[in-house]
Amino acid sequence: MTTHAVAVNSASKIFNQGKTNEVHALDEIDLTVDDGEFITLIGPSGCGKSTLLRLIAALTKPTTGHVEVKGKSAEQARLDQDYGMAFQRAGLFDWRTVSKNIELPLELMGWNRTDRARRAEEMLELVKLPEFGGHHPSELSGGMQQRVAIARSLSFSPSLLLMDEPFGALDEMTREHMQDELLRIWAETHTTVVFVTHSIPEAAYLSSRVVVMSPRPGRIASTINVDLGDRSDDTREDPAFFEKVTEVREALRAVESI
Amino acid sequence: MTDRLQRLGRSAAPLIGGLAILAFWELALLITNPDGFVLPPPSEILAAVFDNWEAVFDAARNTGFIIVSGLVVGVLLAVSAALLVTRFRTANEIITPLAVSMNAVPIIALAPIFNAWFGLLSPRSNQAIVVVLVFFPIFINTAKGLTQVEPSQLELMESYAAGQWTIAREVRIPNAMPFFFTALKLSTSLAVIAAIVAEYFGGRQDALGPLITQSAGLTRYPEAWAAVLAGTMIGGILYTLAGVLERMAMPWHSSVRADRQSN
Repeated sequence: MTTHAVAVNSASKIFNQGKTNEVHALDEIDLTVDDGEFITLIGPSGCGKSTLLRLIAALTKPTTGHVEVKGKSAEQARLDQDYGMAFQRAGLFDWRTVSKNIELPLELMGWNRTDRARRAEEMLELVKLPEFGGHHPSELSGGMQQRVAIARSLSFSPSLLLMDEPFGALDEMTREHMQDELLRIWAETHTTVVFVTHSIPEAAYLSSRVVVMSPRPGRIASTINVDLGDRSDDTREDPAFFEKVTEVREALRAVESI
Repeated sequence: MTDRLQRLGRSAAPLIGGLAILAFWELALLITNPDGFVLPPPSEILAAVFDNWEAVFDAARNTGFIIVSGLVVGVLLAVSAALLVTRFRTANEIITPLAVSMNAVPIIALAPIFNAWFGLLSPRSNQAIVVVLVFFPIFINTAKGLTQVEPSQLELMESYAAGQWTIAREVRIPNAMPFFFTALKLSTSLAVIAAIVAEYFGGRQDALGPLITQSAGLTRYPEAWAAVLAGTMIGGILYTLAGVLERMAMPWHSSVRADRQSN
C-alpha cells in the first residue's frame, strides 16, 4: 500500500461547538494528495480552505475524522517537522537578519552554525536574493520579504509545503513573478505543495489539481485536474490556460449559487 | 564630512533653541524688572546652584538614589509580573485585575501613609512610591508587547513544534522590547516627579523635595529653582540612558536603524 503525502479522511471541524456562535467550518472532507503534487484549495471566503490547511498542519484538530501526513498522524508530522509553512503575511522576525530568519527553523532543530550559514546561503540563491543575507526584513520590499519567507519554509528541505495565500498581498506583476519562482523551486526540490488562494488564474496556473470548496459548511464541491505541461509566460496567454480558468470560475459560480 | 555636519546641526538645533529661550527669559525679566522675585532670571538660578553647590549636590544625590533604586526595583517587578502573566493564565487572573485597580489609586496620595508605614524620615517610603508608580506603565506595556504578536508568527513557531519557552525567547520577548522601552522612557520622568513629590511629605531632609519646600518657604526662590534644575538634570540623564539602552538592546528596530542610516 502506498502512503499519500496527505490523507484527510471524513474530517469535520466545528468551532465553538454547542455555543451560540457555533461555526461549522468543515464538513466530511476527504482529500488525498500524492507525493510531488501541487494542489490549490480555492473557494469563497468562509469555505474553510485555511482551516483545512491548518488541519493538515496540525495547528488545529479536526472535531471528527482524522488527518494523516506522510502515513502518520498530522500531529506527529508537525512534531517531526515534516512540512514547511508560509502565510499571507511573510511573518519575518524584524530582530533577525534575513539570513538568521532563514536559519531559525534550523536553529530549533539543532543544526550547527556552519551548516546553518551554508544552507541560508543556498536558500538565498534559490529565491534569488543572494546579496540580502545581512539585511533586516524591514529594509526589503513586500515581494522580497515573501521570498525570504518561502526560503525559510524550505530551508530544512521539508517534503511538504503548506502555503496560505502567500502572494495575496502582492501586486499583480510581483505575484506572477513569484508564481514562476515557486514553480521553479517546486520543480527543483520535488516538494509536495498544498496552496490556498482566492485567485482563479493563480490556481489554474500553479496547480496540477484545483480543489474547489463551497462555504457553510465547508465542503469539497469539485476537483479540476490541470495539465498544462511546463508553465511559462506563454502559458498565461495560452487558450488551454483560459479554458482552465473558465472551468474553475464556473465551478466557483456553481458553488456561489448554492 | 557632510554627515558629521548634519549630525552636528541636528544636535545643535535644540541647544540653540534652548539657549534662545533662556536668553529671552533673562532679557524679559531684565526689561520688565518685576517687583516680586517669584521668577528669578536664569543667571540667578545658576548662581544659586554654585553658591549652594554642596547642599544642591547632596540633595540631588540622595533623591537620585531614591529615583534610580525605585526605578530598578519597579522595572524588575513589572517585567517579572508581565512575564508571569503572559506565561500562566492563573497568574494573569490574579495579577492583572490587581494591577489595573492599583492604577486607579492616586499613588502620590499614599505618600503620608507610606511614611507612617516606613517611618517619617526613612527614604524607604519615597522609594516605595517610585516603585509603585513605575510598576504600572511598564507592566501593562511589556505585557502588551509579549501578547500582541502577529498570529502567523505564533503559528509558524508551532509548526516548528517549538515549546512555550522557545516562543517566549524567540518571539514574545523581542516583540515586547519596543513596548518596554517606550514605557521605560516614560517612567524615568514619572520616577523623578514621584520621588520629589513624595519627599514633600517625608523621608530624608537633605533631598530635593525638602530643599524646594524649605527654600520656597523662606522666599529663597533661586535656591528652589536650583533644586528644580537638579531634578530636571536627573530626569534628562535617565531619559538619555534609557535611550542608549534601547539602541543597544534592539539595533534592529526601525526607529534606531533609520537614525543610524541617516547619520
